[in-house]
Amino acid sequence: MATAADVELVGVVKRYGGTVAVNGVSLKIPGGSYCCLLGPSGCGKTTTLRVIAGHEQLSAGDIMIGDQVVNGLAPVERGTAMMFQSYALFPHLNCVDNVAFSLKMRGVKAAERRAKAMQLLELVHMDRYAERQPAQLSGGQQQRVALARALITNPRVLLLDEPLSALDPFLRIRMREELKRLQMELGISFIHVTHSQEEAMALSDLVVVMHDGLIQQTGAPREVYNQPTTEFVARFIGGHNVLAGELTAQDGAHSMLRGPGGARLRVPRLEAPVGSKVTFALRADRVSLARQAAQHRAVGADVAAPIDGNRLAATVASIEYQGSLVAVRLKIDGVDDFSVHLPEGQFYDDPVAVDEPVIVTWQPRDSHLLH
Amino acid sequence: MPSERRSRSFYVLATIFALFVLFLYGPILTILVLSFQGPDGGLVFPMRGVSVHWFVDLFQPQSIGDIWGAFDRSWKLGLIVLVLTVVLSFLAGLAFRRRFKGSTLLFYVVVASLIMPSVVVSLGIGALFELLGWERNWWSSALGAHLTWTLPFGLLIMFAVFNRFNPAYEEAARDLGASGFQTVRYVILPIVAPSLIGVALFGFTLSYDELARTSQSGGALNTLPLELQAMQTNATTPVIYALGTLTTALSVLVITVCLVAVLILQRRRAALGSDAGRGV
Repeated sequence: MATAADVELVGVVKRYGGTVAVNGVSLKIPGGSYCCLLGPSGCGKTTTLRVIAGHEQLSAGDIMIGDQVVNGLAPVERGTAMMFQSYALFPHLNCVDNVAFSLKMRGVKAAERRAKAMQLLELVHMDRYAERQPAQLSGGQQQRVALARALITNPRVLLLDEPLSALDPFLRIRMREELKRLQMELGISFIHVTHSQEEAMALSDLVVVMHDGLIQQTGAPREVYNQPTTEFVARFIGGHNVLAGELTAQDGAHSMLRGPGGARLRVPRLEAPVGSKVTFALRADRVSLARQAAQHRAVGADVAAPIDGNRLAATVASIEYQGSLVAVRLKIDGVDDFSVHLPEGQFYDDPVAVDEPVIVTWQPRDSHLLH
Repeated sequence: MPSERRSRSFYVLATIFALFVLFLYGPILTILVLSFQGPDGGLVFPMRGVSVHWFVDLFQPQSIGDIWGAFDRSWKLGLIVLVLTVVLSFLAGLAFRRRFKGSTLLFYVVVASLIMPSVVVSLGIGALFELLGWERNWWSSALGAHLTWTLPFGLLIMFAVFNRFNPAYEEAARDLGASGFQTVRYVILPIVAPSLIGVALFGFTLSYDELARTSQSGGALNTLPLELQAMQTNATTPVIYALGTLTTALSVLVITVCLVAVLILQRRRAALGSDAGRGV
């Protein structure tokens, strides 16, 4: 098997006529890591992948694989292999011949290339179906064959374009595990394009969140989820509320804000002049919810002036049962969208109802300032 | 269970369909029956006995015309047209996938010959050969005339084929190290092969029964349709029906062999089982 190689993008730009698909992306993916390019459709993630693969020419910038600049090289010369979104298995060839295709192109003898193809099919547990045509395979089986076909070239980097999007949810999770297992076994880099933040978090060592042809944030999944740096990332990865306010004063380790509806909110200290606009993210599972009446009883009448925690008055807009947690969506004046995720048990101890007035509270340390 | 009542439109459409089938197969059946006319029978009903007299007669030297010579020319011409149509349509189809300079103009020039009346094309080619002092022949002027008919059709079919062709196959081939030529040879060609067979059959049949375009460009020796037309105006015997029955039987045989081959191939594949559409 091939050795792992770092992939480095420096100021990569891809234009199609007047539109810019990738607008200056710089990124270093260490060899042997699982990297997910994550973003909504049209964010430039697939174009970035195709540029790395050599299926699109660069408009500007450089791409390095290992210590070699690969701009302008054909895909095979790069040591990359790509798995296409629809798998693109050749419909006229059976599984073995699909997998053996690249060896055939190199003039390897039939017996030898079929033997090698069978090894790869065993690797993905598809050797039993070697003689079948692609049309006789399920989505998951097709994907395994496509994987075997891509891996037979001993690539240094495997590029996967939305590999799981064609599968049904149950199978998606199983194939996800399989991809991770293969990546660890082979020890090469997988670069995986996806629009599912769940998939990216489950798989990657490195998540690259993209938006409008630019990288928004790069980091380990846990880092990105715990410290989203931009409003886009906080909203896209989910589980976060985004709030905004105006800086009114500094108070030790905290900055004071005038938040939605004039509420006074505390956030971790931010070095900025008074009057600047501040946006911060708040994890939906770090927010507590209480009935307004109960809250009055619990902490007295001092609702407007919290000592340490933050609080906002709200009305319950909708309640969604999601199994281990319950998502409560709230209406708060001056905030577009605010959700609280409560553990199932906790919610049903004292369930609130739709249209009920409530109070949400959280600690300043659970909010993260956004750029 | 309450029985479902058929709507009125069902009966209207069924009648139209029945008429269509009648018009399609009625003449073939009529000719089939009449070709077994007795030795004293004529071109029309009633049947005067039943015999294979006219089939035997077909293989005798004819008093008028040269059926077998014409048949020989026609199938050779059809074959040449078939090969040229397949090769040129495929290559043109590949070319038109990329927008090249003047592609729109070229397309209109090519399909214009579909709009022009066949006889005019034929006359034009005949007149041109006359003007240049070239001899008209079935393998030169008539071949050209036939190609003006089959090439636009072939090209239009290839347009439809390549419209549905997933470019990811070509990218996958490139990704796996195939050269441009290898991509065409090992990926594009096998995938579109069934359509090319369609283009081939189309090209052959269009040429094989082409009358108008051959009429002024065919030269001294007749092709089969011209020969039949001549016979029809002169001949008074059902030998022409015998020929019709024989050629139809030949076509049915070819189609049956193809269908059986396809069925056997499908059976073999199906024996390997399928998980298509299953969540595994």
